[in-house]
Amino acid sequence: MAEEFQDIWAFLAESPLLGLTATLVAFLIGQTLWRRLGNAPLAHPVLIATALLIPFLLLTGTDYDTYFEGAQFIHFLLGPATVALAVPLFDQLPRIRALLLPITVSVVAGSLAAALSAVWVGAALGASRETLLSLAPKSVTSPIAMGIAERLGGLPSLTAGLVLITGALGCLMAPLVFRLLRIRDEAARGLALGLSAHGFGTVQAFSTSAAAGAFAGLGLGLAGLVTAFLLPVVLPWLASVGG
Amino acid sequence: MLLGLTLLLGFQLLGEVIARLFGLPLPGPVIGLALLFATLIAFGRVPTGLRTAAEGLLRHLALLLIPAGVGILLHLPRLQEDAVAIAAALVVSTAVALAVTAALFQWRWLRRDRGTPPGDDRG
Repeated sequence: MAEEFQDIWAFLAESPLLGLTATLVAFLIGQTLWRRLGNAPLAHPVLIATALLIPFLLLTGTDYDTYFEGAQFIHFLLGPATVALAVPLFDQLPRIRALLLPITVSVVAGSLAAALSAVWVGAALGASRETLLSLAPKSVTSPIAMGIAERLGGLPSLTAGLVLITGALGCLMAPLVFRLLRIRDEAARGLALGLSAHGFGTVQAFSTSAAAGAFAGLGLGLAGLVTAFLLPVVLPWLASVGG
Repeated sequence: MLLGLTLLLGFQLLGEVIARLFGLPLPGPVIGLALLFATLIAFGRVPTGLRTAAEGLLRHLALLLIPAGVGILLHLPRLQEDAVAIAAALVVSTAVALAVTAALFQWRWLRRDRGTPPGDDRG
């Protein structure tokens, strides 16, 4: 019996099926818990799923490459999903046209502020070069952030983790920041949430109002584009700081 | 749906080719996103099949992030080493990004060109 079990495990451990199924199961558990906990940002399904999968891999002695052989089928869809962001962005076109100047100024300034302040603080506290390059795109939605990190020479999977933490942090900090600065405009709140806390922020903005949610989606999409285009230009100039 | 998925992959492919052809420091899918956005603006509407495929993928975007998120496993030593720097950088930059974006967007001067701003900032 024990021997049979070992044979079965040996098969499963090598097969892509296990990594793929485990990812889906962990995500479904995460989603269920998240709903039960009233969509709290700290209980985001991705955070729960990751927190379940890492100990699972460590306990079963499965290395990341073996896991990824199965999980890559899910991971591959990030590429087309990034391209798909063009559709919700296009839906926001009337808003972009109506408020072109304030949107452009706030998104460009906000995106640069997010990336540069992270790199500056990280550098000042002695983080390594790879860490800094992985930190730079962390406000941006994960698929774009990982692509940026890869192109810059950072570590895409470290960036993926930092992006998730940033999303949860942004949701927790936003009410305080808005109160201190007396930001009452729903659109301004939404845009800031989407820009600085990507998908997490967008969910939170939608929970206050549809208008805030729409501007959050806009912030998420534009921040991704702007950061992807500006960071490669701005970052080499920062290298003197990050050295 | 199938047409939509083909379009998404096609634009991604185009983005990857352009990135490599011109040696651009941009991720291929982001170039694909920009090209598709431009195409949609020129075309004027989203074809139904494309919308179905795009919204289907984006509805499950969170799931797609997990394999990469688990990869943080490979960087646990680095995370420990740079823990303070990373934590400080995340907290500070998130607050700065929220403040800069919201404050600038709410700034009336920027909205002069379009009359009254939306929202409820007291008249």
